[in-house]
Amino acid sequence: MTKGSPIIRFEGVSKRYGKVVAVDAVDLEVREGEFFALLGPSGCGKTTLLRMLAGFEVPSEGRILIDGQDVTNVPPNKRPVNMVFQNYAVFPHMSVADNVGYGLKVDGVGGAERARRVEEALALVKLDGLGSRRPDQLSGGQRQRVALARALVKRPRVLLLDEPLSALDAKLREAMRTELCQLQAQVGITFVMVTHDQDEALALADRCAVMNRGLLQQVASPSDLYEFPASRFVADFIGSVNMLEGALVVDEPDHAEVAVPGIDLPVFLDHGVTGAAGTTLWLALRPEKIELHKATPAPPALGDAPAGRNAVAGTITHVAYLGSESLYEVTLPDGQKLKALRSNLTRWDQEDFALGENVWLAWHACSPAVLLS
Amino acid sequence: MKGPLDYLARWPLRLWLGLVGAFLYLPLLALVVFSFNDSRRITVWRGFSLRWYAELFDDGELVAAFGNSLVIAATSTIISLILGTLAALLLWRFRFAGKAPLEALLGLPIVVPEICLGVAFLVFFTAIVPWPTELPWPLNLGAIIIAHATFSFSFVALVVRARLASFDGALAEAARDLGAGEWLIFRDIMVPHMVPGLVAGALLAFTLSLDDFVITFFTSGPDTITFPIKVYSMVRFSVTPAVNAASTLLILLTAGLTALALWLQGADIAKQAA
Repeated sequence: MTKGSPIIRFEGVSKRYGKVVAVDAVDLEVREGEFFALLGPSGCGKTTLLRMLAGFEVPSEGRILIDGQDVTNVPPNKRPVNMVFQNYAVFPHMSVADNVGYGLKVDGVGGAERARRVEEALALVKLDGLGSRRPDQLSGGQRQRVALARALVKRPRVLLLDEPLSALDAKLREAMRTELCQLQAQVGITFVMVTHDQDEALALADRCAVMNRGLLQQVASPSDLYEFPASRFVADFIGSVNMLEGALVVDEPDHAEVAVPGIDLPVFLDHGVTGAAGTTLWLALRPEKIELHKATPAPPALGDAPAGRNAVAGTITHVAYLGSESLYEVTLPDGQKLKALRSNLTRWDQEDFALGENVWLAWHACSPAVLLS
Repeated sequence: MKGPLDYLARWPLRLWLGLVGAFLYLPLLALVVFSFNDSRRITVWRGFSLRWYAELFDDGELVAAFGNSLVIAATSTIISLILGTLAALLLWRFRFAGKAPLEALLGLPIVVPEICLGVAFLVFFTAIVPWPTELPWPLNLGAIIIAHATFSFSFVALVVRARLASFDGALAEAARDLGAGEWLIFRDIMVPHMVPGLVAGALLAFTLSLDDFVITFFTSGPDTITFPIKVYSMVRFSVTPAVNAASTLLILLTAGLTALALWLQGADIAKQAA
């Protein structure tokens, strides 16, 4: 099979527990060789979806195909997938090598061959020479590597990862992100990961599926999720956002204008929206796409917007210094609060925006993402 | 910071500990010391001797009773280990109608007074299902073995059930994910986890059987005397230091077995920690 063709297909998959719908009619394709993330708040159904893929849960409705084979009712021990469990589930009474070799032993892979493949797998996750250790002699990070090696040694078609980094501390998590990416590129196996951490999903995945309340919200690449969210939920869940509710007043093929309460002139957009005048819609404006300007009599003019548009005056009511950048909370005269993020490009700020200062906020005509739901 | 043991530094607590220890262990100590007494009279010390031990081993009836006790303890341990473990697994793994009453029934042999159990077995084995007494040894011990297994299997079930409560279901799922079926999961993952519970349960069953008097008293016949019953009958005839010697052996055996089990578990923990 070539890279990019579908390897997993969910067809109208639902899972109900009594009256609770955990997964609601999900249609989804995962492609061969990609790093796919299932992302969503806790209880959104992402783990249930993963467990159905592993075979621990059976769908109430729908079919699951792996490599074109219907595996909906195939038990977990007969599926070409392996899983890295959230708390790693390393067998405490077996050595590292016995843990890694367990799946091969069950498959009847003989002594020498098994030992060789266990060695290989341990080298792959950089645990060479630790085969005789016992799990309680390992750190959390090493235990995770054992769990990875144990699953990869079986050469599964798909590797499933349930919140793989959630149990690690912050520094180690960063390091493991890079390593997981490299590992995936090295083995070329399709990875499907469940996470509630959007940074993790954006950093690791080729594509993400965002879920909420059992429903698939959007399936896209990380940058598309961030820059072109499909709904207010996705825009809000991924990263930080200023959500402006407004009404469509002008809609032309090459531009549109949206009246937003609290902002004097309608917000100017450099593309059409295709909606009836008066339609309620939302503008998702990321904090880093809002510029801060010193208060002057006239609003600053930004390249592609007509003079006076896409700017609003306000007062800085909170400053959070975050090191690489600073987050400013600006309160508009009507009480609305907008967040603006500025990179700290120099070691001390020439402009020095201070608490209580009156400023202009301005953005480009291409910056707001228009949301209809 | 004070650890829990630092409180022992205070003298009233030390005194209390000493008193409790004395009341608990002085009688036992006296029993052991007087088993080495070179005198017919149990209360007068006349010098060290091993003659009572020699006398014990010359007493064919006592040796036979001891053999009976060991066979009964070993067999009833095996039976109660199997039944108790199965019961524990059933209660841990499945949800079914009548689970709560079953769980309560399981503890019944522990709380029912031994004398009642003894009488019940007496009635059962004489009136309802008479155990043939003319069977060759050790089959003639069957009634006692069944009686012992009946109460000790409850202890095994409780201990194993408690151990299973700490089992991480993700381990079984991981094994299943790696290709193991139900039997391999049981053999490779569940049993190793249960081992400390199995050892503790087996030990409990063995010692309970070995030193049981009341229930055995009601189920044994003239040809099926156990060690405790024999000691009791020796006391009824004459209180000689031989009784002390016999009791000392029994203490040694049970204490030794307990120490062995603790050591086994300790070695297991040490191996994991090493």
